[in-house]
Amino acid sequence: MAEFILMKGNEAIAISAIRNGCDGYFGYPITPQSEVMETLMVERPWETTGMVVLQAESETSSINMLYGGASCGKKVLTSSSSPGLSLMCEGLSYLAGAELPCVVVNVVRGGPGLGTIQPGQGDYFQACKGGGHGDYKMVVLAPNSAQEMYDFVDLGFDLAFKYLTPVMILADGVVGQMMEKVELRPVKPRWSDEEIKKNFKWATTGKTPDREQNVLTSLALDAAVHERLNHKLQSKYKQMETEDVRFESYMCEDADHIIVAYGCMARICENTVELARNEGIKLGLLRPITLYPFPTIEIQRMVPQLKSIMSVELSAGQMVEDVRLAVNGKIPVNFFGRLGGIVPSPHEVYEAFKKEINK
Amino acid sequence: MELKDIIKPENKVYSKSPVLTNKVMHYCPGCSHGTVHKLIAEVIEEMGIQEKTIGISPVGCSVFAYNYIDIDWQQAAHGRAPALATATKRLCPDKYVFTYQGDGDLASIGTAEIIHACNRGENIVVIFINNAIYGMTGGQMAPTTLMGMKTSTSPYGRTEELHGKPLKITELIAQLEGTCYVTRQSVQSAAASRKTKRAIRKAFENSALNKGTSFVEVVSACNSGWKLTPVKSNEWMVENMFPSYPIGDLKDR
Repeated sequence: MAEFILMKGNEAIAISAIRNGCDGYFGYPITPQSEVMETLMVERPWETTGMVVLQAESETSSINMLYGGASCGKKVLTSSSSPGLSLMCEGLSYLAGAELPCVVVNVVRGGPGLGTIQPGQGDYFQACKGGGHGDYKMVVLAPNSAQEMYDFVDLGFDLAFKYLTPVMILADGVVGQMMEKVELRPVKPRWSDEEIKKNFKWATTGKTPDREQNVLTSLALDAAVHERLNHKLQSKYKQMETEDVRFESYMCEDADHIIVAYGCMARICENTVELARNEGIKLGLLRPITLYPFPTIEIQRMVPQLKSIMSVELSAGQMVEDVRLAVNGKIPVNFFGRLGGIVPSPHEVYEAFKKEINK
Repeated sequence: MELKDIIKPENKVYSKSPVLTNKVMHYCPGCSHGTVHKLIAEVIEEMGIQEKTIGISPVGCSVFAYNYIDIDWQQAAHGRAPALATATKRLCPDKYVFTYQGDGDLASIGTAEIIHACNRGENIVVIFINNAIYGMTGGQMAPTTLMGMKTSTSPYGRTEELHGKPLKITELIAQLEGTCYVTRQSVQSAAASRKTKRAIRKAFENSALNKGTSFVEVVSACNSGWKLTPVKSNEWMVENMFPSYPIGDLKDR
């Protein structure tokens, strides 16, 4: 029988990590996600699964601890919130360049700078367009519930090891803090040293006489070699765009208009759709689950049936740029956003939507 | 007597460690890196731990340490090697994990990482190459650059007003509870190299005993950065570096 527990989204990350064979968590406290490490420290997984949990001296160190752990073929996780992620961008670029898998959770708050501890979605550009230096991308998963916080840890590791790349879970302060029932999935044990040696020939497991040394680096001073490495990364991103786009449609089949929203805003906009439907307006909701790779093709598929699209975000308008790229000028693309940690109500979104379509 | 009569196993007095690769080193003639690499390789060979050793290379001239020592390596971002080593050792406690870092890497951009790794007493080995200059980027001032020393970013000599005094990072490290062995050595002579090798061996042995962090500074020559000949560099080092960075153990417990 399925086991359900009432917990916060942040707690779900921690419990999921332990139950999904995570080898190590390295993090630094920051609101609104400190419950992740607090939960791990209370649970003491090192006494049960052998999972290592360490409070690092900074987010810079956390992400570089992930580099070390990932190099050994281990499933490693960190979590932080916006200012912490800015510090991690250097490390993310190195991890992407060295083709190392890991899962990084960003429970986004309002920015820029120290900003606010209230929820935000202003880190979309940072997550989806690089953040760190160089031509790299990460898979970016956007959970909208405590259950998805739980599930995306495991999905994140699957994708991280499929593509040998960092995967980001881009949550927000609402999803991290709200309590919901979470179904605990079956436990996955940690990989044994033998499994890691067998499955990850690239890992620094110690050079044995039967193989060449393994060197995990992002450095290639020879221009031709370096271009080849970059093309290899780009081909992975193309593969992600073909194989791993995830989204959810709500009342889109007959829609004349759709809202595109992710994370907590998608939950709120479901109610906006119902408000519209009650007044006879055929509104639907497209919720990107992967922000990168973005559901561009799905939006393009829907454009012929639509009169307009509105992107709704807790930002000044970031994802809307990807919506516009997908739509490519064929129909109006509108935007509604709140800033500073203010989360709009379904009614507020609906009023903004009506104002745009009645212009 | 002909050459073939001399080249016999019983006459052999020295051979390159098989833990060193056959790649031609990119280091300048006179640079200390090559000697320290050789000593590390010999220690790994003699302890029989090639399959259990993981090196973390820095940013700087020795970023390419992985080309020369035939073990598994992780290449870290500038200054972050101790963070990589921390996770590697904690997740793979049966491994010998060492960082190899220069003065810019360890004592400037990576001060937070080295201080906290040492303070936690991570069971790792730190090899710290102090040549008082940024070699790879072309001879800029380092945190350990001596007072009055001319570099490309202190062209009139280091002054206290502008740059502060040299950072005695090893003295600082020795204060930390987590370190079990902190020593400062050099490789300008055969005798000095032998002592350094003993220090490196001890550091690796400590790692297996879970005694905490072992930290081996090697006061080193960067003759290209110092703009001196290799011989003059060694003389200059003994005369000028050793008074500021005296050779010997700072801590051994």
